[in-house]
Amino acid sequence: MEALIQEFFNVSVMVRVAPMILRGLFETLLLCAILVPIGLVGGLGTMLLATSPSRMARGFAVVFIDLFRSFPPLVLLIFVYSGSPFAGLRLSPLAAICVAFFLNASSYYGEIYRAGVLSVPRGQIEAARSTGLTAAQTFLYVTLPQGLRNVLPELLSNTVELVKLTTLASVISAPELLHSADLARSLTYNSSPLVLDALIYLALLWPLVRLIRRMEQKLGAS
Amino acid sequence: MSGFQRFAATFLDTEVALKYAPQILEGLVTTIAIGVAVVVTGLAAGLALAVLRAFGLRPVNVLLIQLVDILRALPPLVIVLIIYFGPPSVGVVIPSAVVLWMSLAAVLAAFAEEVFWAGVTSTPTGQWMAARSTGLTFLQTLVYVVLPQAVRLAIPPLTNRTIAITKNTALGSAIGVNEILGQATSAEAFSANATPLVIAAALYVLIFIPLVVASHAPERRHAAWRR
Repeated sequence: MEALIQEFFNVSVMVRVAPMILRGLFETLLLCAILVPIGLVGGLGTMLLATSPSRMARGFAVVFIDLFRSFPPLVLLIFVYSGSPFAGLRLSPLAAICVAFFLNASSYYGEIYRAGVLSVPRGQIEAARSTGLTAAQTFLYVTLPQGLRNVLPELLSNTVELVKLTTLASVISAPELLHSADLARSLTYNSSPLVLDALIYLALLWPLVRLIRRMEQKLGAS
Repeated sequence: MSGFQRFAATFLDTEVALKYAPQILEGLVTTIAIGVAVVVTGLAAGLALAVLRAFGLRPVNVLLIQLVDILRALPPLVIVLIIYFGPPSVGVVIPSAVVLWMSLAAVLAAFAEEVFWAGVTSTPTGQWMAARSTGLTFLQTLVYVVLPQAVRLAIPPLTNRTIAITKNTALGSAIGVNEILGQATSAEAFSANATPLVIAAALYVLIFIPLVVASHAPERRHAAWRR
């Protein structure tokens, strides 16, 4: 028992590595501040293609979504990061992360938006059009707001997944929370930094997971 | 050399592909073995937890919900690294493939429990009452009446989750499991050529595209009904 506490909950080790871990936390938050917005916007673009009247655009969107849902995000990241120098283009770890997770997040968010937009009853759109709104106005003022509200839990849940995805950056040695924690682990030869790292993720994401649970229950009840 | 030839030589080199194909195919076998183990045990554990929750024992359920939420909040790579690096220091050595399987199965079980439970709660109360009044016991009602309906409801959302979590077998490369990605990155380092990565990417698409396309099927049925 004593050995377990020494290995996993060693407070003195945790205090010693805290500054390093905090820097990692800051970098993770920065990553999220970049990835979540570009993912949300990319998803919107994907959804517009997927629901557009053009057959070709829809076909392209389907292939895009399915392809990037099939790639494990880590494979995509390593492919972009280690593959790019071969194509004569040396991407920084941060740039590789942005490219890889933009593709991944756009396809996941796009699929969620699409489900939301399709969940709005046709009668709503017909009614809006018959009051004289243009197709674009109908989409912007009638379909999109209702569609988004219907998939709010899924959007939030995917955002949690995206935040969890940032840990993969540690594999290509980009500075982020898990990378600092793992570095601290190898420096102290103790697992407590990893446990501290897990506690930070719990502090960040547990409230969101609980919120999603509540939202799902409310939507299910209505 | 033209642009395309240069591109082909670095990304689609047949010589490199042939040389490293056996190694990467070995990785494919490992990926599929771990993936299948994760899916089978994860879903079974998730279903078992949902059944446990149906008994309505308050302290058990409170604990269960917290555990599920924790597993939903933690990044899988964090779980993998803790289980991989922690136990050896206290004298317990777990093979890396087992660490990967345990971590992913636990995460899948947590998500699956939620989805199965949503299926159980969406069964109308009238069904429970009718089944009980015909003389079925609580357990019989659960097994013969509620679960078959719950599982059917759970299939579409569960497919997406299962794909997303099974894809994480690629995380094994971070702890030295010789799955597709691990084999491909080492082949890439040895050959100084990106072809192994292209093969790896193609293999993942080959494995998961059928599942992703199949996951659209219920949705398409729904869309047809809408029109």
